[in-house]
Amino acid sequence: MSLDVREAAEVTTPPRPRRELTTAFVVSRIAVLAVAAAILLYAVPPLVAAESWISLTLLLLAGAGIGYLYLTRRFVPAKYLVPGTVFLLAFQVFPVIYTVSTAFTNFGDGHRGDKAAAISAIETGSVRQAPGSPEYGLSAALKGDTLVFLLVDPKTKQVQEGSPDGLTAVQGARLGVTGKVLEAPGYTVLKAPQAAARADQIAELAVPTRGGLIKANGLSRAVEGRAALTYDAGCDCVKGDGDSWQADESQGYFVNAKGEHLAQGWQVNVGFANFIRVLTDPTLSAHFLGMFTWNMVFAVLSVLTTFALGMGVALALHHPKMRGTRFYRIALILPYAMPAFAMLLVWRDMFNRDFGLINQLFGLDVDWMGGMLSAKFAVILVNTWLGFPYMFLVTTGALQAIPRELTEAASIDGAPPWYAFRKVTLPLLLVALTPLLISSFAFNFNNYNAIALTTDGGPFPAESPTVGGTDLLISYTVRLAFGTGSAQFGLAATMSVFIFAIVATISAITFRRTRKQEDVYA
Amino acid sequence: MRIRALGVAAAATVAFGATACGGSAPTSSAAPSSSAPSAGASATADKGSGKLVIWADPNRTKALKPFAEQFGTENGVTVEVKEISKDNQQTFLTASQQGSGPDITVGAHDWIGNLVQNGAIDPVNLTEEQKAAFSPIALKAVTFNGQVYGAPYAMENVALIRNTKLAPDAPATFDDVIAKGKELKKAGKVKEVLCLPVTAKGDAYHVYPLFSSAGGAIFGTTSAGDPDPKQVLVGSKESQAAFEKLAELGEKGDAALKTSLTNENSIPTFAGGKCAFLVSGPWAMADVKKSGVAYDVTAVPAFKDGKPATPFVGVQAFFVASKGASKTLAQEFVTNYVTNPDVAKALYDADPRPPALTAALDTVKAADPDAGKFIEAGAGGIPMPAIPQMSAIWEPFGIAEAAVVKGSDPVKAAESAQKTIDGSLKN
Repeated sequence: MSLDVREAAEVTTPPRPRRELTTAFVVSRIAVLAVAAAILLYAVPPLVAAESWISLTLLLLAGAGIGYLYLTRRFVPAKYLVPGTVFLLAFQVFPVIYTVSTAFTNFGDGHRGDKAAAISAIETGSVRQAPGSPEYGLSAALKGDTLVFLLVDPKTKQVQEGSPDGLTAVQGARLGVTGKVLEAPGYTVLKAPQAAARADQIAELAVPTRGGLIKANGLSRAVEGRAALTYDAGCDCVKGDGDSWQADESQGYFVNAKGEHLAQGWQVNVGFANFIRVLTDPTLSAHFLGMFTWNMVFAVLSVLTTFALGMGVALALHHPKMRGTRFYRIALILPYAMPAFAMLLVWRDMFNRDFGLINQLFGLDVDWMGGMLSAKFAVILVNTWLGFPYMFLVTTGALQAIPRELTEAASIDGAPPWYAFRKVTLPLLLVALTPLLISSFAFNFNNYNAIALTTDGGPFPAESPTVGGTDLLISYTVRLAFGTGSAQFGLAATMSVFIFAIVATISAITFRRTRKQEDVYA
Repeated sequence: MRIRALGVAAAATVAFGATACGGSAPTSSAAPSSSAPSAGASATADKGSGKLVIWADPNRTKALKPFAEQFGTENGVTVEVKEISKDNQQTFLTASQQGSGPDITVGAHDWIGNLVQNGAIDPVNLTEEQKAAFSPIALKAVTFNGQVYGAPYAMENVALIRNTKLAPDAPATFDDVIAKGKELKKAGKVKEVLCLPVTAKGDAYHVYPLFSSAGGAIFGTTSAGDPDPKQVLVGSKESQAAFEKLAELGEKGDAALKTSLTNENSIPTFAGGKCAFLVSGPWAMADVKKSGVAYDVTAVPAFKDGKPATPFVGVQAFFVASKGASKTLAQEFVTNYVTNPDVAKALYDADPRPPALTAALDTVKAADPDAGKFIEAGAGGIPMPAIPQMSAIWEPFGIAEAAVVKGSDPVKAAESAQKTIDGSLKN
């Protein structure tokens, strides 16, 4: 964060004296504004189609505002601040607010939609074919201008007209070999493409019968069905199958007297329930300390090992007598340039006990991913390999900025190289690199990929199948909230809020200390 | 120079930012209102402007395309088959919720419970005649709460694939498999006793035939014969004994089950002739055939004096999305079109999983006897439980399996798996 502040400070230097407007400048400005306007216009048709006039007004205002802002000579600071502010709102503020508000809901599988959607899903899902009813062959037809069904009973070959008024017999219809109506006096039978074009109308047409409703099932069949469960707004409950399920707004389910609920639920506000669940989770409270300690160790060691290795290599290559530095640099960047996803999986397989390269190469029989300590060692090793090129890059950059005179002066004064490094180079490096080390810590604290793709949290002791030896808070969270296949976004959001609090606290403390350090050396 | 570049960037970013904010909210409501007028307007035209969107995984997208196009021409609609390569179930759920989902999706039958509780799919109405054309177990798999929720087209289950050069005789019991495997390993002919993926976190799917043969069970059954989520039996006495049996086969025992065997390396190890027995499904056959190993496919045998070894049967099916824009077309496609044996045959050619339609299976069997052998191997199997509660089982069960294979106490492993499952089902 402090980096950003410094950059911003640089940007707001007083505006330079006005210069001449070149043609290229005007043309490029108009071109960019035209592109911006085109992108805004692209959003207009869907907004008009959806009749959302407020959004449309906002869009037009935004367009006009942008045009004015960048065509006028005034408001120079705003020219720079507006894009940043928009992105801050869109990518920082909105996600944070959304995550925190999700933390107070039960949003997740079974509770994705609203109550109306749940009711409609319950009713549609309970429609069963009326017992003993024929499986009608369906031809959509026009009687005058209105759409009707011509229904053929496959057994009796009897043809009936189905309309919203009910069933009426049709005489003189001619049937094809497939049992569908080809012609009928007084009707225009629709061909497949014509029927497909009216698919929406066909879906809406319901023919009432004594037992229920006849509805189209595709374009060539119709089924007489009946919803076994129906919603009664009077009692706010679902009735049917000789039972009744009362809506429970506190858990977002329809619940019967026995406490059983219907499968389809809806999203409700659950207050602090998720927070209480996290705080009182027996597994979490029993293992939190161990998991948190390992999480800290993992993050700190990841930073230290990558930094030590990266800096060591950078110092070696920085030496004036070093030859072939370009070749080494390219070779060292490779792990960074390769996709981490693939590399993590390759490493996982290299650590395999019976089939892995490492055991075969060294003639070992270590169950790397199966032992508590060896798995921890393995993930840190892999993370070091993946992360050191980044540290190498930034250290190389920072080293260029340290004047050689300083180290030369130290050696002239008779300081041994190690002493000079410790007292001159390292402190100057740290001034520039500490913010990066802290962000690297925050990144590794939540480095889900490094765990999920290698050990996936394992090894798991038989007595605690939920918390593995290399589980980070984030990998545990993902398992708790998403498990295998089912998603609990509300709970996941709550856990994210907790993890955010932890990382923010640690980072804040470290930044405070860094500031003191900067005061000394800067 | 620098200021100009910044200005350019700034203008562009504002434009992007503004459209992102303005455009996101109404897209969901735009879909239905725009499709309604089009249906009415084109009623007179011979070629309608209806559109059907199908989501499938990469393997099947190509095979489906010709049939989708044929369906499109017959009905005068545009059919788009879209390839979704990752996280298909969650992608479908999220997209459906936003109104940008497909009309039809292809997926595994064990998604049904979760899709239904999210109101994402509608029941599919098949005629008695159509139902009779399917293998009974495939139909049972897509039936949930008494309703058929998908049109099945392919089935898969694990079987015992045997290297007939190393082990010419089909083993009668699983004890014979282990004995023969150990004998071959002792003689230096193979590297592994058995190739069954256990992985570091366990694999409930592959080990289930052995677990069930040793007497273990995951759920009790309801009166209707469905898995009962209220009776989780992973920690029961019988299951503890079954875990004990897995421990005997594990790393401290016969070394037939090993956590180092994974889904990635077990098939190549078998194909390379380094183990004589592989427990896997039809998806392994491409590699096995390519390797030229002489093989046979039989059911996973039961333990001596054990219960029958029941593999999980997985069924691939077509689902009609509840929130699709052209539901009538989707129903037509799923109920009357993909139940056609030609479609099943084409899908089989694209990805060799045995067809669920008996007629299509018979055609396929003539050309490829393996398909029939896999179906026979799965005859005694049970459909993978489709109830949403099953998602709470996979991981704790797998971890218990891996733990006992590595030598942990089976009773403790089974009990803590049960405790974990109970805990997550309570919430």
